[in-house]
Amino acid sequence: MSDLLRLATAGSVDDGKSTLVGRLLYDTKSVLADTLEAVNRASVDKGLSTPDLSLLVDGLRSEREQGITIDVAYRYFATDKRSFILADTPGHVQYTRNTVTGASTAQLAVLLVDARKGVLEQTRRHAAVLALLGVPRLVLAVNKIDLVSYDKGTFDVIAKEFASHAATLGYPTGAVVAIPLSALRGDNVVTHSSHTPWYAGPTLLDHLENVPVDPDPHGEPFRFPVQYVIRPRTAAHPDYRGYAGQVAAGTVRPGDEVVVLPAGLRTTVERVDTPDGALPEATAGRSVTLVLADDIDISRGDVIADAARPPSVTDELSATLAWLADKPLRANQRVLVKSGARTVPALVTELRTRFDEQKLATTDSPDSLSLNEIGQVLLRTAEPVPVDDYTTHGRTGAFLVIDPADGTTLAAGLVGAPLPLLDKH
Amino acid sequence: MSGTSVPTATVETLDALGRLESEAVHIMREVAGEFDRPVILFSGGKDSTLLLHLAVKAFWPAPVPFPLLHVDTGHNFDEVIEFRDRVVERYGLRLVVAHVQDWLDDGRLTERPDGTRNPLQTVPLLDTITEHKFDAVFGGGRRDEERARAKERIFSLRNAFGQWEPRRQRPELWNLYNGRHRPGEHVRVFPLSNWTELDVWRYIQREAIELPSIYYAHDRDVYLRDGMWLAEGPWGGPRDSETLVRKTIRYRTVGDGSCTGAVESTATTLDEVIAEVGASRLTERGATRADDRLSEAAMEDRKREGYF
Repeated sequence: MSDLLRLATAGSVDDGKSTLVGRLLYDTKSVLADTLEAVNRASVDKGLSTPDLSLLVDGLRSEREQGITIDVAYRYFATDKRSFILADTPGHVQYTRNTVTGASTAQLAVLLVDARKGVLEQTRRHAAVLALLGVPRLVLAVNKIDLVSYDKGTFDVIAKEFASHAATLGYPTGAVVAIPLSALRGDNVVTHSSHTPWYAGPTLLDHLENVPVDPDPHGEPFRFPVQYVIRPRTAAHPDYRGYAGQVAAGTVRPGDEVVVLPAGLRTTVERVDTPDGALPEATAGRSVTLVLADDIDISRGDVIADAARPPSVTDELSATLAWLADKPLRANQRVLVKSGARTVPALVTELRTRFDEQKLATTDSPDSLSLNEIGQVLLRTAEPVPVDDYTTHGRTGAFLVIDPADGTTLAAGLVGAPLPLLDKH
Repeated sequence: MSGTSVPTATVETLDALGRLESEAVHIMREVAGEFDRPVILFSGGKDSTLLLHLAVKAFWPAPVPFPLLHVDTGHNFDEVIEFRDRVVERYGLRLVVAHVQDWLDDGRLTERPDGTRNPLQTVPLLDTITEHKFDAVFGGGRRDEERARAKERIFSLRNAFGQWEPRRQRPELWNLYNGRHRPGEHVRVFPLSNWTELDVWRYIQREAIELPSIYYAHDRDVYLRDGMWLAEGPWGGPRDSETLVRKTIRYRTVGDGSCTGAVESTATTLDEVIAEVGASRLTERGATRADDRLSEAAMEDRKREGYF
């Protein structure tokens, strides 16, 4: 079992997300005395009788002044079983782009709802974004359960409504778990609550510690974007030539047949090098240096891949964009596309659909995509790029859309139509 | 057990430290591939020593393709400067030193009334970045250190004045980093973003990385100021009201001598240090950095001004 879990939180304003994250840090003893003392002092100054745990995580002064979270913040806590990297994403509707950011690296997302309010439009929107980005597992944290008198009926209605929404988004039954909890009082966060005898499931932390997350990379086709060519030309290594990168998918072993794309040249892996010695095998996520059997021309941005099951090489990308910039996207806009270690100029030739995540419906041929909107587009790249469908290989199916003028990141790009609802073509 | 069992190949899966290492190496290679003039901020402290170790691994067997930069406040621990120079020589690297004293001497900076020079590093840092046209600057900052740091990106764009504008940060998606910047702008890069203090120490142990001796317990003459044990030195201490006492101490962080406090400790080995860090009830900065205690938003303010 993996001993590291990357998770994201999402929720609407005032769902108590900061308090929940503060509670996880506090109850796993990840908050140290001086930090706690500062929180206690600030709580007293605000006239509160108990420490406000949300102060543990509301980082910037501008946020504390407005009582909101304006940017993704990363938190770290650990138990004996696992280390956790938590991307705490804000609930403000204008900052939904941060949910995309947090979700892009998450293996699990905790989505908060207020037990008094149930599933809101914002909850549906966040769930759609999490589904689009392929976050494989969700926890629905039904928070403030104390404020509905720990009522089972209320919890069941919310859990059922959300399960049906998640199923529409393509989540299989076992991938979504609902937990009744109170972040403020600590019910079912780390310890089981005596107030919810009707709930037999795990506490939030139990679930986070035990949920299986890493798919077995064996059997997946190998993908390796070349980041850097290592040529020491030193007395000790006059002829060394290695290709540095991080295994994006699958596994690689010496003797594997590979193809170098977009050129399409075939060769064999001779060695999987690391400074600590050559490896018999490297799996997804590992940074290594590949030495190949043949002396062929390979540079940064090329992809070394399983020769039998290569990615497609294309200059026409049918893709889904989550638009993250203030300035809207229009047809015939010139952009840069960064995929793996390759950045190429591209033209948005067509806006095909815009997704309404509230109604879970699409509009055809929209005029534009604005901030926080999701839609399907057609892109033509200046040169062919090796890509996979995002649904099958996230790491090689993801790309950035960048403004060539000022370098701003405009959109998160996903090859294909990862949300089945979006796919009308 | 059957005597005829077939040995199955055991595949080594990456543990948490292995994942953090691979992530940091990936980040460094992206910088090498996309920037013209990267530099590693290197003080000889444990985080920058770890950065350098990772850079050596990222480009092995080729030499590290970046020079090093030290913004030297002049308030140093001798052991750290000696260590810094020895490491630079071992790897055959180029070290650029920006002496804060030079900025004080010609009037570009003035000494603060409290004698602390940590906040004075920002101007020499930005001037040196401009002078050498550095376009990517690696720092050892970690998000677990402090609340304002928790919002920092791995690639953090700074304008021509070196300023960090939290509301204008680029979204950071997957492991695709956007390093594009305009002339005069630069990018601060934090490969250790996702490491905690304990991760750093465990990795230092696993890789047997040498550190300056002051990270381990030793006897030193120190005086108490503002609840911290400070060492005697050219930064103006102890004052008349403060008395020197001999204590067994070690340092958890190493910065400007005027505001880096020691912790009482008998930890002389990595095992003992790790046990102590794991049991500590104080954060690294809270325990040892007077500059972070200046105000509740001290780090946010300094980062906005261009501090690391």
